Amino acid sequence: MEPILTVENLTHTYSAGTPFERSAIRGIDFAVGPGEFVGVIGHTGSGKSTFIQHLNGLLKPTAGRVCFRGQDIWTSPRITHETRFHVGLVFQYPEYQLFEETVYQDVAFGPKNMGLAQEEIDRRVREAAGFVGLREEWLDKSPFELSGGQKRRVAIAGVLAMEPEVLILDEPTAGLDPAGCESILAELRQYHRAKGNTVLLVSHSMEEVACHAGRIVVLDNARIVMDGTPREVFSRAKELEAIGLGVPEITRVAMRLHEAGLAVDPATYTLEALRTQLLSLRGGRGPC
Amino acid sequence: MLKDITLGQYFPGNTLAHRLDPRTKLMMVVLYIVALFCAKGFLSYGLMALFLLLCVRISKVGFRALVRGMKPLILILIFTAVLNMFYTPGRAIASFWVFTLTVEGVWAAVFMVIRIALLIMGTFLMTYTTSPIALTDAIENLLGPLKRLRVPVHELAMMMSIALRFIPTLIEEADKIMSAQKARGADFETGNLLRRAKAMAPVLVPLFISAFRRADELATAMECRCYHGGEGRTKLHVLRYQKRDLFCLVTMALVMIGAVILGSLGY
Ligand SMILES: Nc1ncnc2c1ncn2[C@@H]1O[C@H](COP(=O)(O)OP(=O)(O)OP(=O)(O)O)[C@@H](O)[C@H]1O
Ligand SMILES: [Mg+2]
Repeated sequence: MEPILTVENLTHTYSAGTPFERSAIRGIDFAVGPGEFVGVIGHTGSGKSTFIQHLNGLLKPTAGRVCFRGQDIWTSPRITHETRFHVGLVFQYPEYQLFEETVYQDVAFGPKNMGLAQEEIDRRVREAAGFVGLREEWLDKSPFELSGGQKRRVAIAGVLAMEPEVLILDEPTAGLDPAGCESILAELRQYHRAKGNTVLLVSHSMEEVACHAGRIVVLDNARIVMDGTPREVFSRAKELEAIGLGVPEITRVAMRLHEAGLAVDPATYTLEALRTQLLSLRGGRGPC
Repeated sequence: MLKDITLGQYFPGNTLAHRLDPRTKLMMVVLYIVALFCAKGFLSYGLMALFLLLCVRISKVGFRALVRGMKPLILILIFTAVLNMFYTPGRAIASFWVFTLTVEGVWAAVFMVIRIALLIMGTFLMTYTTSPIALTDAIENLLGPLKRLRVPVHELAMMMSIALRFIPTLIEEADKIMSAQKARGADFETGNLLRRAKAMAPVLVPLFISAFRRADELATAMECRCYHGGEGRTKLHVLRYQKRDLFCLVTMALVMIGAVILGSLGY
């Protein structure tokens, strides 16, 4: 499959030439195809946010190239600007960027900047609001009257409304309660299934990524250290532990069972898969 | 573009310039400025420039950082230079329309630019080597006697240190909000002045909201820790002069006297 977004030898140095100089990412090669759901994981300061801000041209690479559909996004200012409509980026804590008088206007900000017709903007706003579960009557409220989780949904809808071919979310669940996390993730998965667009989900949490992504990229200390399916990544549990990330709880249980001599795949990462395996060990007799 | 603002930025280090008592540095800067305004000719300005060069070398800050800090002020420099060149009466070299370029004007412009540049670099050197907290501490301490006159010195110093503390935070925040709006296709770089000013609304509204939120949170946090102004408040780090402070102050005073004498002789 032709990749939609490719990154070659990407390096970024902050505050070059001052005592604060710091390479946040070094020599990253990465490509993502249409329709993929990729989890980007790494601990604090590993360069995740820096990396994804290159994908839509918010940060200019110190070295290396970023290409969207085979074209370097820094070819001209117009192309950089347009890339931002194709590659939608939802920032960490996006609720702090709301500014319009009503939720509707805020969600419409992106599509309006694209220069779309009024009816098209209206359609997109309503569709995006639907994806993130914003009720019709909230659209006319001020975004500042909403709760934190609702505000975040508005901000996500603001990017969805641009209908980007690649959607990137930087820790969309940070600071939400477990139920809030789960519902936002479920909405994203729903969106991914309905639209078939590429999604990049940045996260701290292995569980979160394991359940949703078909592919996991692990960043450590400014580099990509692993890139593969969840099974491939989680089978390298020792290395993950060494860089301070660990594996999902379920995988840890599966590993312990495997060590104890049971015929369980140590790289199992969903509750469902572990259950099936354990049941088949009992000879398919179902739970006691 | 916001990253170019280095005013009041502190470059940590462990040189003599960093370890000096902040009060000493503040007094040195005041003396330096006084000396600059007494300087007249090449000799006295040369002395001041040489002294600054020495201080920069000691501080290991690097000229590049200092010069970069001057960038936003270049317009002011040029403006002053041009004004001086054309509006100083004296022997005319060239004239067109209402402007007359004079010999005295050119000299005045050269010295004025040197003076402002040295003044800015000297002040920046202090803010580069002194943390904002230490600096406000020093100001509070030096202005201490004014408390007798019921000037709320502590409160003013606290306001200043909070303001200084939050400048980088707000810049970072503004940068982040701008990025977020750019990600939604906001355009801050093209169009005329009015359009650009309008384009700032999506940045300013969230920035103000977050500044108010921060102020509120900070006030609550301070109250929770029983802050109630300067009355009876003691310091964790008590400022004490060392031998090196005396040494540096005396050196600075000598340089100043040198510049004043040279200046008054017209050199
Ligand atoms: N604007 C900036 N200026 C200077 N250094 C920065 C800047 N932004 C990030 N860095 C540095 O770059 C490194 C990578 O930061 P980045 O924000 O990409 O990490 P992250 O993986 O997103 O972390 P987190 O999970 O905490 O969000 C960090 O060490 C950070 O200190
Ligand atoms: Mg981050």
